[in-house]
Amino acid sequence: MPLLELDNVATFYGSIQALKGISLSIAAGEIITLIGANGAGKSTTLMTICGIAPPRAGRILFRGAAIEAAEPHEIVRRGISQVPEGRRIFPHLTVTENLAMGAFLRKDSTEIARDREYLFSLFPILKERRHQPGGTLSGGEQQMLAISRALMARPALLLLDEPSLGLAPLVSRLIFRIIRQINEERRTTILLVEQNANLALRIAHRGYVLENGRITLEGNCAELLGNEEVKRAYLGM
Amino acid sequence: MDYFLELLIGGLTRGSIYALIALGYTMVYGIIELINFAHGEIYMLGAFTALIVASVLTLHGMTGLSVLILASVVAVLYAAAYGFTVEKIAYKPLRQAPRLSPLISAIGMSIFLQNYVLLAQTSDFLPFPNLLPALPFLDPYSRFIGPTEFVIVLTTALATVALSCFIKFTRLGRAMRATAQDRGMAMLLGVNVNAVISTTFIVGSALAAIGGILIATHVGRINFAIGFIAGIKAFTAAVLGGIGSIPGAVLGGLVLGWTESFATGYLSSDYEDVFAFCLLVLILILRPAGILGRSTVQKV
Repeated sequence: MPLLELDNVATFYGSIQALKGISLSIAAGEIITLIGANGAGKSTTLMTICGIAPPRAGRILFRGAAIEAAEPHEIVRRGISQVPEGRRIFPHLTVTENLAMGAFLRKDSTEIARDREYLFSLFPILKERRHQPGGTLSGGEQQMLAISRALMARPALLLLDEPSLGLAPLVSRLIFRIIRQINEERRTTILLVEQNANLALRIAHRGYVLENGRITLEGNCAELLGNEEVKRAYLGM
Repeated sequence: MDYFLELLIGGLTRGSIYALIALGYTMVYGIIELINFAHGEIYMLGAFTALIVASVLTLHGMTGLSVLILASVVAVLYAAAYGFTVEKIAYKPLRQAPRLSPLISAIGMSIFLQNYVLLAQTSDFLPFPNLLPALPFLDPYSRFIGPTEFVIVLTTALATVALSCFIKFTRLGRAMRATAQDRGMAMLLGVNVNAVISTTFIVGSALAAIGGILIATHVGRINFAIGFIAGIKAFTAAVLGGIGSIPGAVLGGLVLGWTESFATGYLSSDYEDVFAFCLLVLILILRPAGILGRSTVQKV
C-alpha cells in the first residue's frame, strides 16, 4: 500500500481550475519530486494534500484512509507536514518558539526535546540563534528553521515547497544534502516541489512533471534526466 | 500637591478600566484584524449580569463580599459565553469576506445587544450596589484613594500580568501569537485556528466583564448605553498604545486616563472627551502605529 495516493484530484480557486485530475502515489521511504513551470499547480497540489485548498473532486488516501475532507490540523495529526514556499517563519517568535510550534500537537515533552537536539545537530547555527526572533535570521537560516519546524511534528510525510528558492547555491546544496540525510536517517518520506529540476532530480528517486494542472510525465529520475522534453523545458539543455 | 495626587490616582483608575477593555480590542485585532465594535456591549452585559445576580443573592439574604465575588464569577462566565457566541454568529461566517463586512456585522451586533438590554431591562439608570468591604489600611490615604479605586488598580494589574504570562508561556498563548503572525502557517502546523480565535474572544470578553463590574461598583449606576462610550474610549486607548500590542493597550489606557484626568482637573471639565480625542489625533499624526505599535513591514 502506498503511503500517499492521489486519485484524479481536482482543485479550484473560485471558478479557476488549478488541478485538472492529478493522480500520483508515493511509497513509504521515497523521495518524490514534482517539477513544472510557474503556475503549473505544484504548490496547489501540496496545499490540497494539507487540506488548505481541499479538492472539489477526487480522492486522497494517506495510509489507506481518505483525508480529502479532513481539517488541516487533523491532517497534521495523521503525519503530514509542509514547509511552504517562502518559509513563513513566525517573525516575532524566537527560534525555539518556532520549533515548539512545529511540535504543537505533540505531548511527549522528552521526545520533543530529543528531536530538537537532533535538529540542532543537523543545523548548529539554529542552536546558536535559538533565542533570536525568527525574523532576524538570514534566508538560508530561515529555510533551515522552516524544515526543522516541520520535522518537529515527526511527520511520516514531509512536503517541501521550493526549499532552494532565493538561496545561495552553497546553501541550497547544504539544504538538499540534509533533506537526503533526513530521508535516510529518519525514514521520512518526502514530496519535493522544486524549480531547480536539476538539483531535485539528483536527490529524488522518482519524479512527476506537472503542466497546466495535469501530470504529463512520470518516471524514475534517471529516465526523466534523459528525457529530451524534460531536458529542453526544465534542465535548460 | 494633594490635588495633583488626587488627579494622578483618578487618572490611574480610569485608565485601568480603559486598559481592561482595550485588551479585548487589541487581542481580537491582533488575531483577525477586526475592530470588534460589540466589545463595549460585552462590558455592559457583564455589569448587568453582575447586578442581576447580586440582587437575587441579596434577596436570599446573602451580604457583602461573597455576593460580589459570586456575582462577578457568574457575570464573567456569562460575558465570555456572549463573546464566544457573538464571534460564531456574527464574524465566523464572514471569515473569507472583504474586511468591511465583519466590521458592519460588528456594528450591527453592538446595536442589537444594546437594544436587547434596553427592551429586556429598562432605559433608566439602575443603582449598582457597592459591595466592597472597608479597607482600613487605606484610611490614612482616604483623601486620594478609596477602596474601589484601590481594587480597580489592583485587579487590572493582576489581570494584565496573568494575561501576559498566559500569552508568553503557555502552549495556547504561543499558538495565539503564531496565529496572529501567520494564520495559514499556524494551520499548517496543526493549530485549530477556530479554537484559537474563540479563546481570544472568551478571554477578551472575560476581561471586559471584569471592567464592567468594577466601573459599575465605582460609579454606582448602570444603563444599557454605558458600553458605547466606554467602548469608544477603550478603542482609542488600544489605537493609542498600538493596536495588536498587549502592553500597548495597557499603556494606551493609562495615558488616556491621565490625559483626561489632568486636563479636566487643570483646564476644564467640559472638554474631557475633546482632550481624549485630540490626544488620539496627535498620536496618529506623530506615530501612526501607536506608542508601542509595530509598523507593518510589507513582505515581498
